Amino acid sequence: MNSRILSLGVAFLLAGCGSAVKLDTVPVEDKVGMPVTQPDSEGMGNARLKGDVAAVDIGKSASHATHPVEERVVYFDYDSFVIKPKFQSLIEAHARYLKAEKGRKAAIEGHTDERGGREYNLALGQKRAEAVRSALGYLGVDDGQLEAVSFGKEKPLTQGADEAAMSKNRRAEINYQ
Amino acid sequence: MWCDGCPGDTFKLSQLKFGLHKMRNIFAKIYFSFVFVCLGWSLSAAAQFRVDVSGVGLTQLPIAVAPFRGESGTPQKIAAIVQADLERSGQFRGVDITGTVLDEVVRPDVAVWRQKGADSLVSGSVTRLADGRYDVRFRLWDMVRGQDLGGLSYAVPAADLRLAAHRISDFVYEKLTGDKGAFSTRITYVTKAAQRYQLWIADADGENAQSALASPEPIISPAWSPSGSQLAYVSFESRKPVVYTHDIVSGKRRLVANFRGSNSAPSWSPDGRMLAVTLSRDGGSQLYSIDANGGEPRRLSQSRSIDTEPVYSPDGASIYFVSDRGGAPQIYKMPAAGGNAERVTFAGSYNISPSISPDGRWLAYISRVSGAFKLQLMELASGVVTSMTETSADESPSFAPNSRLIVYATQQQGHEALMTTTIDGKVKARLTGQNGNIREPDWGPYQK
Repeated sequence: MNSRILSLGVAFLLAGCGSAVKLDTVPVEDKVGMPVTQPDSEGMGNARLKGDVAAVDIGKSASHATHPVEERVVYFDYDSFVIKPKFQSLIEAHARYLKAEKGRKAAIEGHTDERGGREYNLALGQKRAEAVRSALGYLGVDDGQLEAVSFGKEKPLTQGADEAAMSKNRRAEINYQ
Repeated sequence: MWCDGCPGDTFKLSQLKFGLHKMRNIFAKIYFSFVFVCLGWSLSAAAQFRVDVSGVGLTQLPIAVAPFRGESGTPQKIAAIVQADLERSGQFRGVDITGTVLDEVVRPDVAVWRQKGADSLVSGSVTRLADGRYDVRFRLWDMVRGQDLGGLSYAVPAADLRLAAHRISDFVYEKLTGDKGAFSTRITYVTKAAQRYQLWIADADGENAQSALASPEPIISPAWSPSGSQLAYVSFESRKPVVYTHDIVSGKRRLVANFRGSNSAPSWSPDGRMLAVTLSRDGGSQLYSIDANGGEPRRLSQSRSIDTEPVYSPDGASIYFVSDRGGAPQIYKMPAAGGNAERVTFAGSYNISPSISPDGRWLAYISRVSGAFKLQLMELASGVVTSMTETSADESPSFAPNSRLIVYATQQQGHEALMTTTIDGKVKARLTGQNGNIREPDWGPYQK
């Protein structure tokens, strides 16, 4: 290629363009705040691992605590956080245990079925967890032993869009730490 | 000839006119497409995605994006990325360019392209540099007046070839529509595979995804900081929902809300200094604001109902949120420091997930209609609401920073997918790049 013609062409190009814009080259960062393990790249390809997004891996779930009281799940009707009478004896059993073991703490985890928005369902699940917490409180359990949290619709027990499956997901679980 | 092996037009220096047109006229050529009354899929030149065009009376600018000279040897096909961007915007219709080889220097034959129906043409070249980077050059041509509308060049590493293409799309979009392009912005979203959740950062077209976080427990509600350097999100890694802020480049995370009970729904104030969140620490789900670096929350709402999903208005003066204080969830608005709330949504009995366009004109949200969850768009000045989709499991709408497109999650044929729609609802596209369960998108700001 004739270099004189080329430079002439480039000069015309730049004259017409005004300033040639340089993209900000994204800095190639190898800094990672936490240990990174990438067991499978999920089709990403190694070329982007050292890009401008640090990959953080949480690792494994914390192991579940033991369940000193076997029945520990309260189920709810659709859109409801009312505790039905048939779960009263379950709640009483947990209340007896917690009053006897004042050092034990319990997390009450509220859940919903899959219908509806994630954040609104988080709040609905919270209402279910708090209903159980209140019921335990009425039976004399110290509130300091309890924490009510919600998983919303994120951790269903069963998949399936039929009512039988969904009814199993509308629940509050009592888990000991 | 100055260029070996360049077919096509003879290059004559004297014929070149390099007048740069800096005007921002809108080439509004009314172009009616009568074909798509009911839903139909049309394969674009970029075979990676499909654009669904529905409705009549569409105003689309016909544009030809010629394959860039030299791109067949490069890892990314610049022209196809540009054409896909422009088509996804809904404002452009791609013209067939098979058999064409041009570059940014060769003046295109106006008669030929008018005959093909193109009002505009993009041509360019990609050249490998000695240091391994690529020199990407392009020029935009007005085929109606036979004029050169300008061009630019970029020198980029291979990893930034897609970004160079998106910058070209921005240039073309701005020149021809007068609006700022959002093609070189990024989105975040969450995937779920077996017992593994990942938070991804991808280009606005869904490609080039990089994992920012992998966890065995759910991640929800990711939100870009206004600067684009951080994400806030809810993580269940400690067996309860807590809010993190997360620096994207370093991976450094900060636990900003781990109060008693559940912590969720983070929303950044426009100045990036505060987060509005939903906390259950005082019983129920109520709204609070906290410093983005963490600290003692300040309570914003005082109700015995569920108050959640706060979002700041773009001017920072108000917070829109969801409350069921009226019996069922509706969207309300209150001053950003808390105070009397006024109701915003009145149609339907279940309205959630508000998102405000950056220009402040629109409210996107999800409405439950006969059991289906459907994306709605309200023009805030008039209160007029338009239903936007044909799908029935819509979630999590988020506006592009130019307020022209909305990304949302939905289900198609039983599979979760991310879609974009124009704000008139007429042009939708499904984002590719990830399969499997994909949800919770949030559209990032303009890159600084």
